Amino acid sequence: MLLIDCPYCGPRAEIEFAYGGEAHIARPAADVSEAEWAAFLYLRDNTKGVLAERWRHSHGCGRFFNALRDTRTDRFHAFYEIGTPRPDVGDAA
Amino acid sequence: MSGAFRLAGRGRIDTTRPVVFRFDGRMVRGYAGDTVASALLAEGRHLMGRSFKYHRPRGPVSAGSDEPNALIGVGEGGRYTPNLRATQVEIHDGMVAVSQNRAPSLRFDIGALNTLAAPLLPAGFYYKTFMWPRGFWDKVYEPLIRRAAGLGRAPTEPDPDHYALHYAHCDVLVAGGGPAGLAAALAAGQAGARVILCDENAEFGGSLLADTYSLIDGLPGGEWVARIVAELERLPNVQLLTRCSAFNYGPHNMVALNQRLADHLATPPAHMPRERIWQVRAREVVLAAGALERVLVFEGNDRPGIMLASAARTYLHRYGVACGRKAVVVTADDAAYRVALDLAEAGVKIAAIADLRSTPGGPLVEAVRARGIEILPATTIQRAHGHLRVTGAELAPVGADGGVGKGRTVSCDLVLMSGGFTPSLHLHSQARGALRFDDALGVYLPGESIERVRSAGSCRGMFALDDVLRDGVAAGLAATGGKSGPEWAVTRQDAPGTGGFAGALPRRGPGHLALAFVDFQNDVTAKDVKLAVREGFRSIEHVKRYTTTGMATDQGKGSNVNALAIVSNVLGRRPEEIGLTTYRPPYTPVTFGAFAGHARGDQFDPLRLPPMDAWARAQGAVFEDVGLWRRARYFPRVGEDMAAAVARECRAVRAAAGIFDASTLGKIEVAGPDAAEFMNRFYVNVWTKLGVGKCRYGLVCRDSGFVYDDGVVGRIAADRFHVTTTTGGAAGVLNMMEDYLQTEWADLDVWLTSITEEWAVIALQGPRARDILAPLVDGLDISAGAMPHMTLREGSIGGVPMRLFRVSFTGELGYEINVPSSQAQAVWDRVWQAGASLGLTPYGTEAMHVLRAEKGYLIVGQETDGTMTPADVGCGWAVSKVKPDFIGKRALALPAMYAPDRLQMVGVLTDDPRTMLEEGMQLVTAAETPIPTSAEGHVTSSYFSPALGRSIAIAMVKGGRGRMGAALYALRLDGPALKVTLVDPVFYDPEGARLNG
Ligand SMILES: [Zn+2]
Repeated sequence: MLLIDCPYCGPRAEIEFAYGGEAHIARPAADVSEAEWAAFLYLRDNTKGVLAERWRHSHGCGRFFNALRDTRTDRFHAFYEIGTPRPDVGDAA
Repeated sequence: MSGAFRLAGRGRIDTTRPVVFRFDGRMVRGYAGDTVASALLAEGRHLMGRSFKYHRPRGPVSAGSDEPNALIGVGEGGRYTPNLRATQVEIHDGMVAVSQNRAPSLRFDIGALNTLAAPLLPAGFYYKTFMWPRGFWDKVYEPLIRRAAGLGRAPTEPDPDHYALHYAHCDVLVAGGGPAGLAAALAAGQAGARVILCDENAEFGGSLLADTYSLIDGLPGGEWVARIVAELERLPNVQLLTRCSAFNYGPHNMVALNQRLADHLATPPAHMPRERIWQVRAREVVLAAGALERVLVFEGNDRPGIMLASAARTYLHRYGVACGRKAVVVTADDAAYRVALDLAEAGVKIAAIADLRSTPGGPLVEAVRARGIEILPATTIQRAHGHLRVTGAELAPVGADGGVGKGRTVSCDLVLMSGGFTPSLHLHSQARGALRFDDALGVYLPGESIERVRSAGSCRGMFALDDVLRDGVAAGLAATGGKSGPEWAVTRQDAPGTGGFAGALPRRGPGHLALAFVDFQNDVTAKDVKLAVREGFRSIEHVKRYTTTGMATDQGKGSNVNALAIVSNVLGRRPEEIGLTTYRPPYTPVTFGAFAGHARGDQFDPLRLPPMDAWARAQGAVFEDVGLWRRARYFPRVGEDMAAAVARECRAVRAAAGIFDASTLGKIEVAGPDAAEFMNRFYVNVWTKLGVGKCRYGLVCRDSGFVYDDGVVGRIAADRFHVTTTTGGAAGVLNMMEDYLQTEWADLDVWLTSITEEWAVIALQGPRARDILAPLVDGLDISAGAMPHMTLREGSIGGVPMRLFRVSFTGELGYEINVPSSQAQAVWDRVWQAGASLGLTPYGTEAMHVLRAEKGYLIVGQETDGTMTPADVGCGWAVSKVKPDFIGKRALALPAMYAPDRLQMVGVLTDDPRTMLEEGMQLVTAAETPIPTSAEGHVTSSYFSPALGRSIAIAMVKGGRGRMGAALYALRLDGPALKVTLVDPVFYDPEGARLNG
């Protein structure tokens, strides 16, 4: 079980959280092309390495936040608020 | 002393406390501290089980958790536990244990005939044999495999015991309480860290408990252990857990422990859990898992009386048991020489030591020679003789070219083998730690890990006792940042062994018929592994699956390295090029009871009870589970079955009035200056023009354009909406709202609050509903003119605050009375009394479903499956055409969303009004349709309608709305297809006159 550091509450066990999928996928305006909308809906990077992803502290403060997690090791490199840019951590494992 | 092979004055058992237990119905005497295996061995008995495939007689190979052979069932009735290792099960008075896998008896087993068929049961036998013909599966293969599969039988009675789960945090978790683990725990504990030390055995000490030679600070192993454990017990920051196996190493240093609390006690206290799972989150982990001695692979190596050399030493020093009278030792390592010396000193005759090495030497070897024990260098064991017990060993010379010469048979009743020691990497590897092959030791050692973990002692290839102790202290300090730790002087110890052997022993002749076991528990032989490689399997993972080596309950603790070496030899490639199979949890088997913990029976899931649950129970309602909710399904009267009760309830609602506990509806309050804008963006409908006091049916799509949830929404104030969702969708809708609000629309000033449990909902439906309700609502005018359909009023009912919705899910005049849950029963009682003379009838979820189906109202999740658009289910009218954006808007504009052959919601009627369709039936175009075919649609809802006096159904049909009146055929599994006609899905009161009455 992962240990997740909620930016608002501190470290808590994974069981308190809901996964929110890949982060930084902006919802396009309603006038984009079909291909762009389909890409927004269905295309994800499936990163092997450091992935920016969303979590929600659903059984805690209820807030969404972003995390950088290495999918090879499950190690977290950063937790940061929605709306802030992705921190630069290189591709450290 | 009981037991002919018990040695007075030896062992750690308590000979003042005799214990009597039963094994296969026979009384066996032992002592407190004995295991089933040690007590049986004390009687001279090695035969304890039969093997899995060939039903070969088997005895214990080891003295610990790595035991592959001596598996027994323990306990009676619901407490029976199969597949326990006799080498670990502690005896107590009254214990009942049985051997497994034998019929009729352990000494004579009919299944042993399989041995004769062994040449016919090679690797991959099941894959090759059970492929054809297909018809054989049900009748022949499956029963055969089911009989053969698994070792013990599962108990059929419920388990009467209870099991606990405990979460814990610590600074340092030390897994393994041998010399390295004890040293690490003490060093970390003295540095002030919160330490948990666990060990799978009944007492700490590991190998030291069977070591009477080494001296630490002048103390023999057992005494030193007692001193250290006493020191640890004095530290309040150290928690000591025995009989506690670390079996799973999860991400972020979450380690699961299985603690066995009660099974070793004759009469455990009633409150005591039988086992406890610990989920330990450790800042740092020290793995002190030790090393396991390897078996040797030779013909007949599974005969009872053939065991690991270290096991014989353990039985001698921990249990005071000589495992035989006359032993042959076969070794590739020095450690077995110490065992030979100890046994000889205890009176066991050592007939010979066959050493696979050509020039064994060193102080240990010299000490053995000085005792007059015959040492045969460059000698292998060609085969072991005997059946129920080993009777002799054929020892044969290995020439310089590797060829094996003619041997001689030495009679014996005990063969001790040692192929060297394999570090236990299971936990390190479970945590995705890297492994590296060490050429000098010929084994894998732990490499880098991503976790905050370190291995100490023999589990990382360190075998000299003084090194192990220093390594343990260093690990404890490294885990805590401590500067100095305890020091001990090891004044006497054996030098670490050299040599070791992995793979199949050299033998004379090809051995086509020889059964030399690699994996005892799964009966996999050296020949099987070689055959797998010859048949083209190269990956060790594939060899494992094809031969099943390492796939038994011991997970190949003693066999994997041998299998790897055999593959390596056949392929002519180095072991590290072949790799190692993945270590998977659990390290040792864990009972289902422990995993379930308290999550069984009523505590399996939380139970949500609507406010009027007690009332419904008092009325004799029949209940159904809806998610976590327990809801009243119908209220049968005496002599009524479900159909009769539901029909009566439906008729009452249509003719007079019904009362229904709808409190499970999801409810969310959307409030704030931007509430209307939020609703506009979230729902497909328009909300800005909805007046205060008005309601609207709302539909939620995902951004994929597919229907996600629905429900009536009321506007309480300009900046406040009372949203309802489906019962099952409540949590999901709130999560989705929070998602968009927090991550997409940070510009909106809105608060979302779940109010599902705050507001109870009493649905009052039927033509008399207003007559019943009007006198009860305090000063509120609810006449048709003052409060039409789809409006809401705030007020009170008998002084209780109320949000009154005029809404209907039945098609009748109806109200949903929202009151605080804490006062709901009182309000319900008042309504119930007021309606008694007007025919008010309680109805349940089943009637609710029938009534809504008669009206063609959709249920999200029943008609929809996550691929339906609003238009598909007849709700295209709800979708705004003017809003610049809302969730799903862009997707709903995709051409595919308007394809003419999309599934559309329609009504379906059978020719015979009594014939009921089944939900899920596929609809096709012709009565005689060859299978497979493609369906035109499927039935989603089917009921008997009391209002229409006939069966009705709802279906999703390709282009259905354009096919009204057309015929389709519903496929049945057990008869000819049923002709059906497509109709409008609103079966009852299509004009809605009753609704607006
Ligand atoms: Zn939080």
